Amino acid sequence: MLNAKLTNKLATVMFWAIGFGILSILAWFLWHILSAGLPHISWNFLTRKPEEMIAGGGIGPQLFNSFYILFLSLLFSIPFGIGAGIWLAEYARKNWFTDLVRLATEMLASVPSIVFGLFGLLVFVTTLHLGYSIIGGALTLSLLNLPVLVRVTEETLRAVPDSYREASLALGATKWQTIRKVLLPSALPGLVTGVTLVAGRALGESAILIFTAGVSVSRFAPDLNLFASGETLSVHLWYVRSEGLVPDATQIAEGTAALLVLVVLILNLLIALPSRLYQRKMAGKSS
Amino acid sequence: MTTIATQDKIRVQNLNLFYGENQALYDIDLSMQAGSITAFIGPSGCGKSTLLRTLNRMNDLIASVKITGEVLVDNQNIYAPDTDVVSLRKRVGMVFQRPNPFPMSIYDNIAYGPRIHGIKRKRDLDEIVEKSLKQAALWEEVKDRLNKSAMGLSGGQQQRLCIARLLAVDPDVLLMDEPTSALDPISTLKVEELTQELKSRYSIIIVTHNMQQAARISDTTAFFLNGVMVEHGETDKLFTNPGDQRTEDYITGRFG
Ligand SMILES: Nc1ncnc2c1ncn2[C@@H]1O[C@H](COP(=O)(O)OP(=O)(O)OP(=O)(O)O)[C@@H](O)[C@H]1O
Ligand SMILES: [Mg+2]
Repeated sequence: MLNAKLTNKLATVMFWAIGFGILSILAWFLWHILSAGLPHISWNFLTRKPEEMIAGGGIGPQLFNSFYILFLSLLFSIPFGIGAGIWLAEYARKNWFTDLVRLATEMLASVPSIVFGLFGLLVFVTTLHLGYSIIGGALTLSLLNLPVLVRVTEETLRAVPDSYREASLALGATKWQTIRKVLLPSALPGLVTGVTLVAGRALGESAILIFTAGVSVSRFAPDLNLFASGETLSVHLWYVRSEGLVPDATQIAEGTAALLVLVVLILNLLIALPSRLYQRKMAGKSS
Repeated sequence: MTTIATQDKIRVQNLNLFYGENQALYDIDLSMQAGSITAFIGPSGCGKSTLLRTLNRMNDLIASVKITGEVLVDNQNIYAPDTDVVSLRKRVGMVFQRPNPFPMSIYDNIAYGPRIHGIKRKRDLDEIVEKSLKQAALWEEVKDRLNKSAMGLSGGQQQRLCIARLLAVDPDVLLMDEPTSALDPISTLKVEELTQELKSRYSIIIVTHNMQQAARISDTTAFFLNGVMVEHGETDKLFTNPGDQRTEDYITGRFG
């Protein structure tokens, strides 16, 4: 079959081309952001407070706030998100109610983040009188991330072969023991991927945080006060580029962008690498 | 509790099983005594695995399954509403048709059952792991790699690992669904010897497509066809002088 061979060759060439295409776009993007921004990153830039009027301000508090808000939002969203995912995958009966929950989760997962921001503004900032605050931002962010975590957890648990469930239950394990000791460990790589995804999104999120955590920072840093307003790196990037009055706004924006990219890369490596190693070990591939 | 020497360990009464609309088992009546080995034979799809899975309620996991009738284990109907399924499964253990080790180390696989049943001391666990692996004729092959993943074992080794994992929880009844179908002749022989050693303390039901195996190791044999138990009797008699024409056709290979 000459024809099949030919199309096979064409397909091979095409997929290689697509692969290279994607890689070069990524490389170009990284080079662009990093070459513009890295020269502005210095110890002073990373640790100093921002300036309102004069050049030479840093992004120290924003860097801290980014991680603080990320940490808090994960603290709220991981237990509930994973818990709901476990319920959907392992406990919920197949009926209209479960389907409704699943549908609602899917819909929530695709709601634009700015809508969550507005919700956070109305509920946390205004009604609950939290004001523009780190806690308000973190809570709203966890609402944004919750549906994604629920779906990822449900899907990874469903992908765990039934034979593991059977083996565990047949040994006299309870359902909860089975979930805790067999299913969750097997699903761990998938869960880690989900959390990484969500963490990356939280680090990059700006719309929500402009509405809920505000665009200013405490006078001192690091400020652990949950009710202080807490501008993050992404929000700061938007702020200096659109409202900033400092003469070096462009440089600060470029430096912040490069820093964000670096932070997300490092975070991914830090979370994903141990999980990869664990996965390889459990698949019996390690020597 | 009265213990009568001939008391049935397991008694199946009037059991019917449906997968949704499809009936897979018809009016099964079967009993087996403690300390004996029963073989289930019959063509593929006749319901051997299905029946085996009713004995430790593994079929509960399949939502579409409906069951009528009774299964008595130690004179308790395990389908009674107040049954503690977890403790039932600890007493009635199962080796599945396809090896299903957990994606953990060999050691953790074997220690899984003892751990969930509350054994924590390393020394006790070590002892159980070694003993179970030896019983399942796997110890020599894996003793130097207990901390390696069980997924890296061959199919036959995985199946023996699953047997060892089951022995580690020390059940009374072993349900073995074609435990040797993935094994080479030597390992098969080892597993067969194992069943002989174990039978004084355990009651064993073994599903097999290998009629020599059934003849070699079992005390009684049940022959199934299309969800019906055609005949159940002493193995020697069933193979030499079957009571039903269909059994004879099957064991002489003139089937279908
Ligand atoms: N989960 C299931 N859902 C629906 N039908 C099933 C299911 N499992 C088994 N069956 C059906 O029940 C019948 C009996 O299957 P079973 O697996 O018990 O056969 P078996 O005797 O163990 O066969 P084999 O020797 O091939 O293992 C078959 O017709 C099969 O298609
Ligand atoms: Mg079968």
